[in-house]
This record gives sequence, C-alpha cells and structure tokens, in this order.
Amino acid sequence: MTALVIAEHDNASLKGSTLNTITAAAQCGGDVHVLIAGQNASSAAEAAAKIAGVAKVILADAPHFGEGLAENIAEQALTLASGYSHILAPATAYGKNIAPRVAAKLDVAQISEITKIVSPDTFERPIYAGNAIATVQSADPVKVITVRTTGFDAAAAGGNAAIETISAAADFGKSAFISRELAKSDRPELTAAKIVVSGGRGMGSAENFKLLEPLADKLGAAMGASRAAVDAGFVPNDWQVGQTGKIVAPQLYIAVGISGAIQHLAGMKDSKTIVAINKDPEAPIFSVADYGIVGDLFEVVPQLVTELG
Amino acid sequence: MKVLVPVKRVVDFNVKVRVKSDGTGVDIANVKMSMNPFDEIAVEEATRLKEAGKVTEIVAVSCGVTQCQETLRTAMAIGADRAVLVETDTELQPLAVAKLLKAVAEKEQPQLIILGKQAIDDDCNQTGQMLAVLLGWPQATFASRVLIEDSKATVTREVDGGLETLALQLPAIVTTDLRLNEPRYVTLPNIMKAKKKQLDVLKPADLGVDVTPRLKTLKVSEPPKRSAGIKVPDVATLVNKLKNEAKVI
Repeated sequence: MTALVIAEHDNASLKGSTLNTITAAAQCGGDVHVLIAGQNASSAAEAAAKIAGVAKVILADAPHFGEGLAENIAEQALTLASGYSHILAPATAYGKNIAPRVAAKLDVAQISEITKIVSPDTFERPIYAGNAIATVQSADPVKVITVRTTGFDAAAAGGNAAIETISAAADFGKSAFISRELAKSDRPELTAAKIVVSGGRGMGSAENFKLLEPLADKLGAAMGASRAAVDAGFVPNDWQVGQTGKIVAPQLYIAVGISGAIQHLAGMKDSKTIVAINKDPEAPIFSVADYGIVGDLFEVVPQLVTELG
Repeated sequence: MKVLVPVKRVVDFNVKVRVKSDGTGVDIANVKMSMNPFDEIAVEEATRLKEAGKVTEIVAVSCGVTQCQETLRTAMAIGADRAVLVETDTELQPLAVAKLLKAVAEKEQPQLIILGKQAIDDDCNQTGQMLAVLLGWPQATFASRVLIEDSKATVTREVDGGLETLALQLPAIVTTDLRLNEPRYVTLPNIMKAKKKQLDVLKPADLGVDVTPRLKTLKVSEPPKRSAGIKVPDVATLVNKLKNEAKVI
C-alpha cells in the first residue's frame, strides 16, 4: 500500500498545502511518494525529498508542466496510478482542478476535502457548508482524495528521499496558458497565516477597508473578507473566506463588520480563537466568537491598534 | 453554437440543514429546494452568450428525481431553450453524473458545456473536471470571465492568490465561480413561457450508464459545536484576554 501525493508547487518551491497533504498521505498507512510535475522543477523536487515521511520523489520535467495545467498534470499522475492505493492532492484551486480528472479516468469516485482519515478506506468530510460531517467508505481499488489542509498538520522537514526522474506524459495540447495576475503582498498567505484579520460588508467601502491594514500589520496577519465584501468590490476575489472560498483555521481570527452567514462560518469556524467586532449584538458571528465587542468598528479598530502598542 | 448547461436541484442556500438523529443523513423533508447557485450563474452566462450572438441554442440538463423538472423550468425561465431530465431515484454521485452528462453531450454535440464549480449540498467540486476528461475536452474551472471567439474560449479563472487566463480549443468545459455574473431575476412572463418549452425525460438505462453509487455513506453527524464565548466591554479587556487567556498574541 503506497500513497502518491500530487504536489502543488511553483517549480522553485513547494506550496504549504503540499505539506498538509503529505501528512494525510502518511495516515493512509503505507509509504508516501510525491509527484513533482513541473518545468525546471528540480528545486521543488529537492524540497520534497527533504520532507519527513517521504519515501520517494518522482520528478517529471517538461515545458508543458510549467504552468500547472490540469490536463497535463493529471495525465502525468495517470501514468503512475496503477502502482498506488491512494492518490492525494490538496483541496486548493490547484488540486481541485486536477484530482477529479485522475479519478474519472481511473473510473473511481473522488473523496473531496477530507478532514480525517478513519481507516485506509474510510474518511470524514464536511458537507452542506460544514453543517454536517459525512463518514464515507470507498470500495474502489484506488482512492483519489483531495485534502482539506486545515484538517492536517504540515509535515516537518527531516527527510532524505531519492529523486527519480521519469519521462513526461505528452502535452494535451487543447488548452494553453495565457497569463497570471497574482496579487503581490508582503503579508502571510491567507490559508497558512497564524492570524487572520477579515472584514465584511460593515466595512462600507474599499477605502474604509484600509482601516484594517494597520491592525494586520501590527499582528503580522493575513487579510481576508466575507463574500459580501468581495461581491461589493471592496477587496480582491481571492480574499474570500467561506464555503466556496478559502478555508482557514488560524490561531486567531478577527472578524470585523462580518455578520456571520453560515457560508462564511464554514470557512473559519475551526479557528482556535475567534474575535468578532460588530455593532449588531444579535449578529450570528457572536455565536461562534470566543470574544466579542459590540461597537462601531470605526472606533474599535483604531483603539485596538493603539492598545496593541 | 450549442451550449449545454447542467443544473442541480439542491437545498436552498438559505436553509440551515439539520442532521437526522439516526445519523443517516440530513433532513430534507419539507425543505425549500432551489437550483444550485453556481448552476444559476452557468445558465445566466449561457444566456448572455446567446444574447451576444455567440450561441444559438441552450440546452439545460438535470440528473435526478422527477422534481428536477422544476429546476429545469427555472433554467428555461432564465434563458435555456429546452431541457433534458435524466430521471432516477438513485443517489447520484459526481462520477455517475459526469457519465450521464457525457452521454447527453454525445447526443447533443454542444461546443461548450458550462457547469457550476460545485454543488452546495455535497460540496464535491468534481463533475465539470470529470466530464472534461471523459469527453477528452480541455477545461477552465472557477471562471470569472468567459470570451468566445471563433473556435476558442478565453477564460479567466479565480486561483489562489489571484487570476489566471487560459485559452481553450472548443469544444470545452467551463465551470463557474461567483464573480462570473449576477443572475437575473426571472420574470413572470418568462416563467409562463418556460412552461411551454420542450422538456425531454430519459432514464440512465436509455443512455447505457450504470449510476450505482461508489461511495458508501456510513454516517452523517453534527460537526463539533462551537460554543459562544463572552462579550468584552472594551478593547483593553480584549487585548488582555488574547494575551493572557487565549495566549494567541
């Protein structure tokens, strides 16, 4: 029994989500192999080889893997699939794009967004925006899985795996990468941050949203938002925390001007400590918050920045 | 150019579901059902492409129980020209739905299939990608912008950290994200017109597809409850609690 992790990486380094996925793979009960399909990706492969618990790294290097097109990465994983009992990818935009292609081609079910491995064929996964947890069992010969990263710790450094280079699967050829616009930020990545400061509709405008920046700066926090704030155009799409956005579980989550719709709670209720700042004492966010302040966020947030010193 | 738009009937997004006490599932008896919100965005996008003269016919497809006809009528009220229901009482999992849609696509020969990125009941996020690989088509998931020109789709996608743009050869699969468009309200005259549109009903056996579920749900349980904490009177108390009680700063 061996598990294959389809690594998310940017050719130079591994994404944090890969580390959580490796932990989940190790819990499936056998050896863990990691597939790096990329372009000039030997440094990502070397990084994977140094992760504790990784028995082998498989590197497929070709120009058509450079931008992570799902069609090509999935084809590469499929060339290896017959040797594995489990194939896992992180439940991120990257992994969700690839894994179902692998599952369907193998004619097996995919188990999405698992949060717990009960046994090698039985898994827990949230459904209905996390309002219920399903325990599902797969009878398929290969379990294709996406891993909710907040459900598993990041694998630690300390490995020394061999890197095997394999020949690349052919270019699918019907899709092409055009461009990528990634927001540049000095802040930590939203899904990996220890502290997240999020704003909602109550922020009122894109201009007002800037009020949260000094707070995030002071705490070294990532910034997030509710869907309402994203839809209103206050902040970029990829800040959205919730059922259909990012799932976060930081040590501290500060929700400012967020009422707490179930779709938002689905994305943050596993945070260790939740603080809510809202002028409406009846806002549902207070039902999950460890500490709440009822008040005008335009007064409370600057006070908080001052108090943090 | 013909577009196929699969739509799913799900528990309305405003309903907070309850887990059944016997742990067999969630209670959806007498609960409001609606079209999956992402699928509504898919129907709207297809309709806008038709209004822009890029598309000639929109066919909505649903797989599931008889009542999915209501969901298909909604799709036709938004703008679909006709509808196909693949009717079954069997619990359908994404792989089975993808196989049914593949069979429908082979009959209908669309150039584009637009699906929601995920259904808000099982939160799987699989069907579009599965359908793409089964048909051997390229895919652009989580779309926030779709341009159709000649035999090409240029799609901007929402990815972690920003946006990414791909060019796909048609026929292709697109799955919708929230920002692609804002679906219109359906008007009464359009609801009336939708009632007269063609709706064909097929069975999975007519399409030669085995829809037997592959995953067995052993139990469904309540998530761990998070109890409400305390309201603090001022910012100084909050900072003190965060430092000394929660120890998170």
